[in-house]
Amino acid sequence: MSSPQPSDTSKHDAHWSGSLKIVLFVLSLWAFISLGCGILFRDFLDGLFNVGGAPGGFWIAQQGAIIGFLILLVVYMVLMNGLDKKCGLDEENQA
Amino acid sequence: MSQDSWNFLFIGLSFAMYIGIAIKSRAGTTREYYVASGGVSPFANGMATAADWMSAATFISMAGSIAASGYDASRFLMGWTGGFVLLTTLIVPYLRKFNKFTVTDFLGDRFYSNFARFVGVVCAIFICMTYIMGQMRGVGLVFSRLFDISITSGVLIGAAIVFFYAGLGGMKGITYTQVAQYCVMVFAYTIPAVYISMLLTGNVVPQFGLIGDFTKDGAEAAVPLLTKLNELNTQLGFSKYTDGSMSTTDMFCITAALMCGTAGLPHVIVRFFTVKSVKAVRRSACWTLGCIAIIYLTAPAVGAFVRTNLISEVHNTPYASAPSWLKNWEDRGLIAWVDKNKDGIMQYASGKAIEGKPAFEGERSGDGPRAITNTVTDNENEFYYENDILVMANPEMARLPMWVVALVMAGCVAAALSTAAGLLLVLSTSISHDLMKKIVSPGMSDKVEVAWARGASFVFLAIAAYFGINPPSEFVAKTVAFAFGLAASSFFPTILMGIFSKRMNREGAIAGMIAGIGLTLGYIVYFQFIVDHTDYILGISPEGIGFVGMMVNFVVATLVSRVTPAPPQEIVDMVTNIRVPGEAGEATH
Repeated sequence: MSSPQPSDTSKHDAHWSGSLKIVLFVLSLWAFISLGCGILFRDFLDGLFNVGGAPGGFWIAQQGAIIGFLILLVVYMVLMNGLDKKCGLDEENQA
Repeated sequence: MSQDSWNFLFIGLSFAMYIGIAIKSRAGTTREYYVASGGVSPFANGMATAADWMSAATFISMAGSIAASGYDASRFLMGWTGGFVLLTTLIVPYLRKFNKFTVTDFLGDRFYSNFARFVGVVCAIFICMTYIMGQMRGVGLVFSRLFDISITSGVLIGAAIVFFYAGLGGMKGITYTQVAQYCVMVFAYTIPAVYISMLLTGNVVPQFGLIGDFTKDGAEAAVPLLTKLNELNTQLGFSKYTDGSMSTTDMFCITAALMCGTAGLPHVIVRFFTVKSVKAVRRSACWTLGCIAIIYLTAPAVGAFVRTNLISEVHNTPYASAPSWLKNWEDRGLIAWVDKNKDGIMQYASGKAIEGKPAFEGERSGDGPRAITNTVTDNENEFYYENDILVMANPEMARLPMWVVALVMAGCVAAALSTAAGLLLVLSTSISHDLMKKIVSPGMSDKVEVAWARGASFVFLAIAAYFGINPPSEFVAKTVAFAFGLAASSFFPTILMGIFSKRMNREGAIAGMIAGIGLTLGYIVYFQFIVDHTDYILGISPEGIGFVGMMVNFVVATLVSRVTPAPPQEIVDMVTNIRVPGEAGEATH
């Protein structure tokens, strides 16, 4: 395990601050969907809309959140791969 | 063909497949044994992780507990899948770049301390032992119900199969058997769900059946399934299916504890050490959650279907014309009926029908029900059933062909075996790698290390089999909460701070782990074993205390690290290095 070269340092710093933003973005949506919509605002959402025959909040807690998580992971993958390319740290172009 | 022959055929074929794969992928080196040489494709790893992660309890009991508690069971659905998002964004890409064999390796190296390593070994062993006992018990139960053999022989057969492919094949053997097991599980879970969905809602896709209309009584009388279910529930004195009865605080804490606990489960994290790069980790995580979602979106639908079906087939039906599945499961002791008002008709209502589990006087005589000797409660409910049977009885309730019943049984066994194998690998590497190689005798050769791993997996499996046969049942049920609580209050926050804070040092991490685990353990032991009441502090049940323990860990670790010396420069460089992808290379010691 070698310590980063000086020329790499700025590249690495840019990548790290970029990935912190992505993680923060993904996790705030994550918390909003599950702990927010699925639990804290459930009663409000139940009255607000229906998904098919299911009350909104209930549906999010049972099925919607899982679909949301899957979309979030795909978004995370795309954003992070883009960041790798932008910072010149794409693994498949190295080696 | 009879049901027994179908069962033998399906279970036999699936076992032959697992053993065949194991023989083909036998591991020789530590790299093969611990991380399958690091060359597994993201999609294959996705399926394997999904199988690893879905335990016998998920497969057999989850739909049953959703059926019984409706909205309240969402904590499991969101907790377990939501934890996977944390795992993917906060933990695995960085640990993959760190490039070692085990999770405990990270704790030991990052906090430059063999004490931190030792705490990691103890936590990993405790978490995995708690889980694996339940898996062995699950295999034993399915076998004993299927083939009328004792639970003991069932557990022993299961243990022998797991040892054969996990002990010998290591991660390499496990990976490809788990892929096969995922395929068995997904068919076993969805095929009966498709049939029952068509029966009740006319919808071919069971995942949509939950939000569809109940059309069993004819298309003119169609009402939304959940409306119908709420109606049935309220008529019988239960709370509405879509409402639930837990407090919001408790629901919040339990869901959060399950999420953070899931993100700290060592047997799931190590699965991602088998793919070739950080980029592959991200893709693999999407595949994993996709594979899990197929089953997890079906579960709430199955829960609603079986509850509707159960109530409409049982309530107000004369025992003389009871469906045959009911009598079958009564014969196996998992359903019981007491005719409280002596009208010969079964009434189902809220509340316990009897005290405790049914104790039968003997076998059935003639056409009547099996008599029980339990104390009868004075409410109107006359019907007792165990939640766990719903998935297994589901195909019979929907009157599906015999091969579907056999497939479901093979799926239950696959779910138990795949999780048991993944856990066994973590248990054996904790001993061979983390304890022997890293702490006790650092000069050990590769060959001796693999031999230690095989020996340790045999010993752990023997212990797990013993507890599978003689379950400390009360104890296991109570410690499962602790396994998640422990993962949430120890592994997850400590790894997280190790990656995201360069200032976090040895003293802080150790103090944080001890405070977090201490609080969680103390709270659970106090409420589960010492006192009998349930006046929880702030209404947080022992299941949810891991969330509080995690917060305490964060706070204590941060405070202590501020007043003690900063970590050495090479540790700071190492953290800088794992934060960016690239040059992940091959996993090493």
